[in-house]
Amino acid sequence: MHTMIETHQLNFFYGSFHGLIDINLAVAQYQITALIGPSGCGKSTLLRTFNRMNDLIENVRVTGRVFIDGVDIYTPQTDLVNLRKKVGMVFQRPNPFALSVAENILFSVKIHKTAPASQYEAILEESLRAVDLWEALKDKLHRSALQLSLEQQQRLCIARLLPVKPDILLMDEPCSALDPMSTAHIEELMRMLKVNYTILIVTHNMQQAARVSDFAAFLYLGELIEFGSTEKMFTVPKDRRTEEYLTGKFG
Amino acid sequence: MIKNPYLKEKIAFTLLFGATVLVVLPVIFVLFYIVKQGWPAINWEFLTQMPQKGMRAGGIFPAIIGTLYLVLGTLLFALPLGVLSGVYLTEYARDNGLTRLVKLAIINLAGVPSVVYGLFGLGIFVVFLKFGASILAGSLTLAIMVLPIIITTTREALDSVPQSFRQVSLSLGVSKWQTIRHVVLPHAMPGILTGMILAVSRAAGETAPILFTVAAFYLPRLPKSVFDQVMALPYHLYVISTQVPHVKLEIRYGTALVLLIIVLSLNLVAIIVRAQFRKKKKW
Ligand SMILES: Nc1ncnc2c1ncn2[C@@H]1O[C@H](COP(=O)(O)OP(=O)(O)O)[C@@H](O)[C@H]1O
Ligand SMILES: [Mg+2]
Repeated sequence: MHTMIETHQLNFFYGSFHGLIDINLAVAQYQITALIGPSGCGKSTLLRTFNRMNDLIENVRVTGRVFIDGVDIYTPQTDLVNLRKKVGMVFQRPNPFALSVAENILFSVKIHKTAPASQYEAILEESLRAVDLWEALKDKLHRSALQLSLEQQQRLCIARLLPVKPDILLMDEPCSALDPMSTAHIEELMRMLKVNYTILIVTHNMQQAARVSDFAAFLYLGELIEFGSTEKMFTVPKDRRTEEYLTGKFG
Repeated sequence: MIKNPYLKEKIAFTLLFGATVLVVLPVIFVLFYIVKQGWPAINWEFLTQMPQKGMRAGGIFPAIIGTLYLVLGTLLFALPLGVLSGVYLTEYARDNGLTRLVKLAIINLAGVPSVVYGLFGLGIFVVFLKFGASILAGSLTLAIMVLPIIITTTREALDSVPQSFRQVSLSLGVSKWQTIRHVVLPHAMPGILTGMILAVSRAAGETAPILFTVAAFYLPRLPKSVFDQVMALPYHLYVISTQVPHVKLEIRYGTALVLLIIVLSLNLVAIIVRAQFRKKKKW
């Protein structure tokens, strides 16, 4: 299996706080990898090192290396714009722009000028179909995206990424604002998407990790405690701390 | 001690309502008084003719034009400069001691008395840069006076745009400038326009800054270039109210009414534009 993301001795500091400690991880292409662990263990921090969104926070420092598709992304030559096109992100709270459904999807297309106006319709349909929203929204493309249900908003946020043509989708607790039904739908969507995308999902919901992921990484206090196939980790965890977390002893 | 919560509610309501009435009534009274006194003077001649007989008759056309030129000139300098530096300070400048000092200084500049700006304009633009008393010098002086307003409202407008919008945009591989241009600025536009409204009102209405830098006492012709002096409404009002004896009451109040109408209609335009933006961008 092709490795899409690889870290070597990755360390991350918020000021003097050591947020990530010696992380060595390899994420396989076209698989869903879950980052699990108790709140505050560094899941979101780790996720944001892959598209360098941590750069927006002042006073942070990174050591070690991160390779995306074999390319070190922490070099002075790294082009953040291209990196973020390649590595898309879905946030915890659905956050469509206060624009219409169509304008949300076409946002990046118009700015990056990746397609002429004649292709807009095709892009809209393709993106919305990919997240199973086309039938529901094809007559409401010019409605404000904020009028949609939360689940539809989150789907829209995923659809908004697709015209950028990313290889990797980072999802930071994408279902935490959704009800169980919607959560199940988004999980199904993830399974659909993994045919074309490498997906990393942060979740504090162990059932969710068990349901959707192929691989799981357990983080604890900034360290990667255990990493491997989800099935193995959830049935025979190697580390005592993993076991305690999975059986609900803390968390 | 009052125990009854309904009674308390009533008292609170009466107090708040009463205070509002006390604020609104004088404004209505002033408006009413000016309209009543000034309306008889308003006619086509008054608006389009040169003043005559030592400003005791004729119109106020050159003062109207002068004020419009000055407002326009002020915005021409202050709007781009103010908005751009507001964007820089909010979106780009690192949050360090120097930046904080600059921000504090800008806020405090808004409180400097306008006559000080007038004196500054005289020293720098009229004398040192040799623009003379001119539209250019007056506009620049007014621009410096309203810059703090524009910068401060711009910064507030930018700050009110949710941080998550910037994050999403950046995460889509949109560059920082593109994010500001396509996401942040459109959402901040209503606030920026508010700043513009305030700036226009202030520039049109102030007397002290134009006193030494542009305003002509009596100049019954239109300016030919930006190096000419002009008459301006606030100064003209001052002149016919205190410097020239025996000017009819209705001419004075008519002038005040015209000044008021200009400022209010400029405001109205900006308010309409702002409402259009609000309707389009809602979050
Ligand atoms: N912007 C920040 N500044 C300082 N510390 C932070 C910041 N963001 C997160 N942290 C700290 O880093 C640790 C990991 O945070 P995070 O990655 O958000 O955890 P998780 O997503 O696993 O809940 C926490 O202890 C948190 O307090
Ligand atoms: Mg988190």
